[in-house]
Amino acid sequence: MLELLNVDKSFGALHVTRDVSLSVSAGQCHALIGPNGAGKTTLIHQISGVLTPDSGAILLDGQDLLPLSLHQRTHAGLSRTFQITSVLPSFSVLENVAIAVQAKSGTSMRFFAPAADEVAINDRAMDILDQVGLADRAGTLAADMSHGELRLAELALALAGEPKFLLLDEPMAGLGHQESARLIEFLGTLRGHIPMLLIEHDMDAIFQLSDTVSVLVDGAVIATGTPEEIRQDPVARAAYLGETAA
Amino acid sequence: MERAVLLGLAIFAMLLVAPPLLDVAGAGYLTGLLIKAMLLAIAAISLDLLIGHGGMVSLGHAAFVAVGAYAGAIALDAGIEEILVLLAITIAVTAAVALVTGALALRTTGVYFLMITLAFGQMIFFTLSSLASYGGDDGLTLWSMATVFDSDIVQNGRGLYFVILAVMFGVWWGVYRISQSRFGRVLRAARDNPQRAAIMGFNVKTYQLVAYVIAAVIAGVAGLLSMQHAEFVSPALAAWQRSGDLIVVVVLGGLGSRNGAILGAFFVVLAEETLSHILHEWRLIYGPLLVLMVLFAKGGLNDLFIRQSAKA
Repeated sequence: MLELLNVDKSFGALHVTRDVSLSVSAGQCHALIGPNGAGKTTLIHQISGVLTPDSGAILLDGQDLLPLSLHQRTHAGLSRTFQITSVLPSFSVLENVAIAVQAKSGTSMRFFAPAADEVAINDRAMDILDQVGLADRAGTLAADMSHGELRLAELALALAGEPKFLLLDEPMAGLGHQESARLIEFLGTLRGHIPMLLIEHDMDAIFQLSDTVSVLVDGAVIATGTPEEIRQDPVARAAYLGETAA
Repeated sequence: MERAVLLGLAIFAMLLVAPPLLDVAGAGYLTGLLIKAMLLAIAAISLDLLIGHGGMVSLGHAAFVAVGAYAGAIALDAGIEEILVLLAITIAVTAAVALVTGALALRTTGVYFLMITLAFGQMIFFTLSSLASYGGDDGLTLWSMATVFDSDIVQNGRGLYFVILAVMFGVWWGVYRISQSRFGRVLRAARDNPQRAAIMGFNVKTYQLVAYVIAAVIAGVAGLLSMQHAEFVSPALAAWQRSGDLIVVVVLGGLGSRNGAILGAFFVVLAEETLSHILHEWRLIYGPLLVLMVLFAKGGLNDLFIRQSAKA
């Protein structure tokens, strides 16, 4: 279970995260919505360790994440995707995932045996590519892949870390309708197995995937509830759905 | 077998038969030139581990050649003549210096990493220049030479030639193996996208520091061999221009390529030798030549050779 307690952060005069508290329990998918610039990605950055909050606490299964660096948070069970695709461009897709699997399977301070010959790691990486539907692209250089494929590859990287918790920053960003639908379907299969915090704009996706929704505006959580409650909530509608409160 | 491997093995085969052939041709003096190129190649291969595979552009790598040479020279001056003991001393000293300077330098990246490695290189240069009892600025001429198990096989020109060739082969093979290992893979991942590598769960700086130390130790061994070959060490070995030359060799040969550092080293040494016979101001030709090479052969000499042989 992931808990954020009174997380607060400013960049100079810009107050990007205002006293945010939320919790995602085991098996839940928690969606984070809000207008552009509301501080959604900034919040994910603080959970994953890319940025450090000024105050507050972030706990994963009771373990304080804040003293941990990026790689230590991964070992603590956290995994994430980026809004702007972040893979290893000069490696094949298979090797991208294989490196992430390698991180989970013993020391990487091995200097002589060729890593590409490790069957167990390659098999596991192929399994994951198969899950996200990229198996037939395994040998392609990441730099040569389409945007849609890279979104899937990024998800494969996150899954390779066998996370206890998944942070997804707009996984559907820039995808066509069909690709989106496929990805939503796949995320649906993860739902209930891996708890997730999901940033997403597409309300359809949110209704299909999430158990709980929080609305973030100007860095503060202004409403939390089930997707249906949020749809009915006048404050959330005013702030996010662009309607004037009745 | 891969084309690149064949090219590499062909180079080593040529170097293996070169000395007797050059003797027959009455050009035995050229073996000295080959030794010079091989020593440069060993240091360049180690720098390519940093730049090509690790993305860490160091402008102070020659300083480790100097540290290795001085560690050997000072120990030899103190009466230690067994080269295997000198080798152990050289490795220990360069590793220690690299561990400290690398840990500090790796707090930065990019152009700041370049600046800080340059600064450490200069510090080492001036430290060596200030060693008054070891010749100061002028350097130190060695009056004895290292032996191996009391044999002088590593002393005569021919024996040392093959020792250096063997070391170059070991370094060429070893660095390639490292680059393909789990460790090398993490190092290349960190070059591509350090943040992603960290989020995969790797402590990126630790891997980079280990690579930095490995590269420094190899450069130090090149320094020890150059001490044995020249019977002389001087602070000029640590000059930042030498570090710049090493970068030129690596880029010219082809970053992170199988044989690039070796091809680059031989190209640079042979170009200097031939051009300086043609023209006193040979750098007037050498400069534009480098510009053309970098502009039109982006994959470096390694790529050029392999593509040519693919056409044939």
